[in-house]
Amino acid sequence: MGDLLDALSVALKAGLGFQAIFFGLLAIGINVQFGYTGLLNFGQIAFAMLGGFGIAVSVSQWGLSFWVGVLVGLLAAVVLALLLGLPTLRLRADYLAIATIAAAEGLRLLFRSVSATPVTGGTRGLAAFNRDFIALAPWETGKRYSFLGTTWSGAELWVMLVGWVVVALGCVLVWLLMRSPWGRVVKSVREDEDAVRALGKNVYVYKMQALVLGGVFGALGGMIYAVGTGSAIPDQYQNANTFLAYAALILGGAARVLGPVIGAMLLLFLIQFADTLLRTLISNGVIPEGLFTATDVAAIRFVLVGLGLMLLLVFRPQGIFGDRREVMLDAR
Amino acid sequence: MPADPTPHGATASGAGAPGAGDRSDAPGGFHSGDAPRRLAQAALRDLPWEVGVAKPDPAVVVDGVTRTFGGLTAVSVDHLEIQRGGITGLIGPNGAGKTTLFNLLTGFDQPDTGTWSFNGRSLGKMAPHEVARLGVVRTFQLTKALSRLTVLQNMLLGAQDQRGESFFRALVPGIWRGQEKANTEKAMELLHRFKLDTKKDDFAGTLSGGQRKLLEMARALMSDPHVVMLDEPMAGVNPALTQSLLGHVKDLREQGMTVIFVEHDMDVVRDISDWVVVMAAGRIIAEGPPESISQNQAVVDAYLGAHHDAPLTVEEEDQVLAQAEQAIAREEQTDGDVLSADTRPERTDR
Amino acid sequence: MTHAGNRARRHGRRSGPDGSPHRSPGRRRSRRPHGTVVRALLVLAFGLGLTAFTPGIAQAEGEAVAGTLQTSLSGPIEGVEVLVESVDGERIDEVESDENGRWSVDLPGPGQYVVSIDADDLPEGVTLSGEESRTVTVAEGRRQPVNLGLEDGSRGAGGGGVRAVQLLVDGLRFGLLIAMCAVGLSLIFGTTGLTNFAHGELVTIGAVVAWYINIQGGVPLIPATLLAMVVGGAVGALNELGIWRPLRRRGTGLVAALVVSIGLSLVLRYGIQIFYGGRSSPYGQYQSQRAVDYGLFNLTNRALFSIVISVVVLVLVALMLQRTKIGKAMRAVSDNRDLAASSGIDVNRVIMVVWVMGAGLAALGGVLLGLSDQVQWDMGFRLLLLMFAGVTLGGLGTAYGALVGSLVVGVFVQMSTLVIPDDMKYVGGLLLLIVILVIRPQGILGSRARIG
Repeated sequence: MGDLLDALSVALKAGLGFQAIFFGLLAIGINVQFGYTGLLNFGQIAFAMLGGFGIAVSVSQWGLSFWVGVLVGLLAAVVLALLLGLPTLRLRADYLAIATIAAAEGLRLLFRSVSATPVTGGTRGLAAFNRDFIALAPWETGKRYSFLGTTWSGAELWVMLVGWVVVALGCVLVWLLMRSPWGRVVKSVREDEDAVRALGKNVYVYKMQALVLGGVFGALGGMIYAVGTGSAIPDQYQNANTFLAYAALILGGAARVLGPVIGAMLLLFLIQFADTLLRTLISNGVIPEGLFTATDVAAIRFVLVGLGLMLLLVFRPQGIFGDRREVMLDAR
Repeated sequence: MPADPTPHGATASGAGAPGAGDRSDAPGGFHSGDAPRRLAQAALRDLPWEVGVAKPDPAVVVDGVTRTFGGLTAVSVDHLEIQRGGITGLIGPNGAGKTTLFNLLTGFDQPDTGTWSFNGRSLGKMAPHEVARLGVVRTFQLTKALSRLTVLQNMLLGAQDQRGESFFRALVPGIWRGQEKANTEKAMELLHRFKLDTKKDDFAGTLSGGQRKLLEMARALMSDPHVVMLDEPMAGVNPALTQSLLGHVKDLREQGMTVIFVEHDMDVVRDISDWVVVMAAGRIIAEGPPESISQNQAVVDAYLGAHHDAPLTVEEEDQVLAQAEQAIAREEQTDGDVLSADTRPERTDR
Repeated sequence: MTHAGNRARRHGRRSGPDGSPHRSPGRRRSRRPHGTVVRALLVLAFGLGLTAFTPGIAQAEGEAVAGTLQTSLSGPIEGVEVLVESVDGERIDEVESDENGRWSVDLPGPGQYVVSIDADDLPEGVTLSGEESRTVTVAEGRRQPVNLGLEDGSRGAGGGGVRAVQLLVDGLRFGLLIAMCAVGLSLIFGTTGLTNFAHGELVTIGAVVAWYINIQGGVPLIPATLLAMVVGGAVGALNELGIWRPLRRRGTGLVAALVVSIGLSLVLRYGIQIFYGGRSSPYGQYQSQRAVDYGLFNLTNRALFSIVISVVVLVLVALMLQRTKIGKAMRAVSDNRDLAASSGIDVNRVIMVVWVMGAGLAALGGVLLGLSDQVQWDMGFRLLLLMFAGVTLGGLGTAYGALVGSLVVGVFVQMSTLVIPDDMKYVGGLLLLIVILVIRPQGILGSRARIG
């Protein structure tokens, strides 16, 4: 019983902590791109990596201020979105998917390569770039605070506060956009590009705007993550995270303003809970060692995410809270 | 683009339209009070019935346009003019290149060679949205209702020059509210005319096939177009709605728009066209007023393929057309004209 | 074979054949040693990967350092003394490399260690390209691969021209391998419109199944490969029957199908990791071959056979597409599915054959890849990007396009190491992909749905 409570509290922490914010922001970006506009960005993590390393490189390597680093990260994400979008947004949806998945893999390999080590720190990555940011906290960052059976350091709480404010602002922005005529065009692009073209809208521009906006959210997510962990390491930005974010989005409901946020919190909670529980069961011997070992847990988690992604998309494409009728219309 | 909102339309002209069986079809108007039609028809009446003939007041001019897909010539049009303010029907057997020609004219496809213009302005190299902004709008063979938007949202999308469609201005509702309100009023008027106003808050995906066709046409009208290009507006529409749709098409002409439409149903073509252009194997093989078409040997041959040489009786012609329509109905499951399989042997122009 | 030969193989799995059975995904991917021995880049990859998300993984085993001594000309080097000391100079252990050139030393705990070998132990012609000793940091529970750079003189010797020829041959071998894996990807796209992001896993499944049959079952590799192809084909059939056919029947859209295939790819990939583990292991045969000198280039016999098998298989595929009834039906369905259906072709049967054939070929490709790069749980996923590049270059949906495109990509990726560092050749592949998308719309137009 105590184990279960422990697992719950660890999971609760995960569902509220900066990792949930990280996935929430990735998923908000994917929601703009995939949920509303129908663009398949399978390399959202690349934008996050540029965001995180934007700060890390600017501060640790170039000695710039933290806020310049934020700007650098955002700018890098915009440039990447333009680079990827320019050639592919005129083509079928698959081409963007292929280009983005390739970019995510390629950029990570580039950042961790020996040649890039002088800038990115290679496989070791960079650290010690968030002091300026943590110092802004209005409370004692070294102390630990606890509530609801979870304990947090002051620095964690500060990152969380800022992170959730960013998430809230992001949601407001998406809400404003999606109720405007701009949002109407973008949603129409998702339904049928040619119809929108025939009505005199420059579909290419709208897709590009959506791609850039989503990428900027991804970069913000990466920044929160980098600040939260205090380090930026290329291999933290595995592309599997992109698909975790997709799972979060679809869980919470695509094309809903709060869908990605709720989905991210829920997903992180569930994953962490399952994770802790599995480990406990294995160490208690409830699950025999021969079946799984503790080191398999990370992989099991991805299997479950993949399975969940498939099942959700096939059986509940509207997410767990969504309205089924609307989604069924998609079966054109 | 006068957009006279008076709802004449469906009932008025629909009632005047000849029944489906009426194929004697005397030229010119026993239709009630449609002066503009007489104008367009009068202007076209004295023209020779030959391919590429110059029109008195062309809105669209096509010159030497060719498009090939992997060695197969889908479209090869030497010269074609479309009379302003008239209804031009574009017919032809399966794979004749009608839809491809539409795609070329509206920028959805790029030709290998050729030029074409609207009001003297060249449309070559223009993207589809640029063509649309000039006032040349089209509908699609397979309706493109935006399923997960409401009917009203579908309509509002059609409005041009919306301030709120720019990314940054979208964030300040004050900038676009007023325009949005005016557009909504206009949309509701059109929906009322097309008898869709009760459905305004339904998702477009829940509409029937015929209603979608209506919605698509109404949506196109939101942009106050000069030229409306309808790709098989009657295909798959339940017969009860056909007359109403026909009425709306005629209305467009009343309002001074130029209408070009692709259609397979010869009754419809005879009923509403001022001028008919016949395509086969990518070429224009005949043009003339509707009544000239069934007398045209090239047309008959094109519809029959090479194995029929004897002149046809009316019954035979009907049979062949019925077959063609079946083939088309089959093809509607697919994405458009199938070029490869059943292209008839090429015929020389008359 | 030389330097770049078998080892650098874009995934450069080579130098760290440590057998640590379990590893979080992040760490796994991160070990991407430089590949080319000659370069002696001595990358010690230690990634943290997703460890941030997996707080407090209970470690199942102790720390160790391990490595393989091998160059392409000499093959594995046996009997070299490897000394491991703590940073304070305290001797931990001394071992000799085994017949596969491998060595491994268990450590008392995490920390920094110095690994050194005696250059005099090395066979003639082989020299150390770097220092005699390396200091490595071993994290808790890690089995740390150590790459001691060896040089056999084969690369530098001939100058740029010879190296280019060598890379060209390597690239052709690699490109043929990609092509074989990608034919299925392309045909599936052509016949069903699905961009199958889980195709890489079919490659992995082939390699892993053959590994189990070969190593655990003791069956020689060639029959094991044939069995793996059968299993692969069956997995393809299961894919089609269990997932894609029902989804087509439901009218699932393109985008939803793509995400489903991503989900499937995660399930299979990490499922394989649980089952097979994070290690990379070689097959039981054909491993310790030396490169044969063909004048302008060197090639191991297994690489040569890989080329021959690929060519034969691809020619057979082409003949099948061109001559046989089912092949023509495939092309017809790719060209226009509805037209094919209306002319009496059983589209579902054709799609089924495409799946079985595509998956079988992918399995064969996986075995050949495992032969040159060793077998790993995510080998197919890493190949997927290059398959996409090849297929995109050739034009999605055409079998011949996939062939030509893959060859170009294989050669490009290998030859690019002439100008860019070895560990960045993937980045070159990505750039190529984007350049293709910009400048080769022909390859793309072929698959763009014509509106009418």
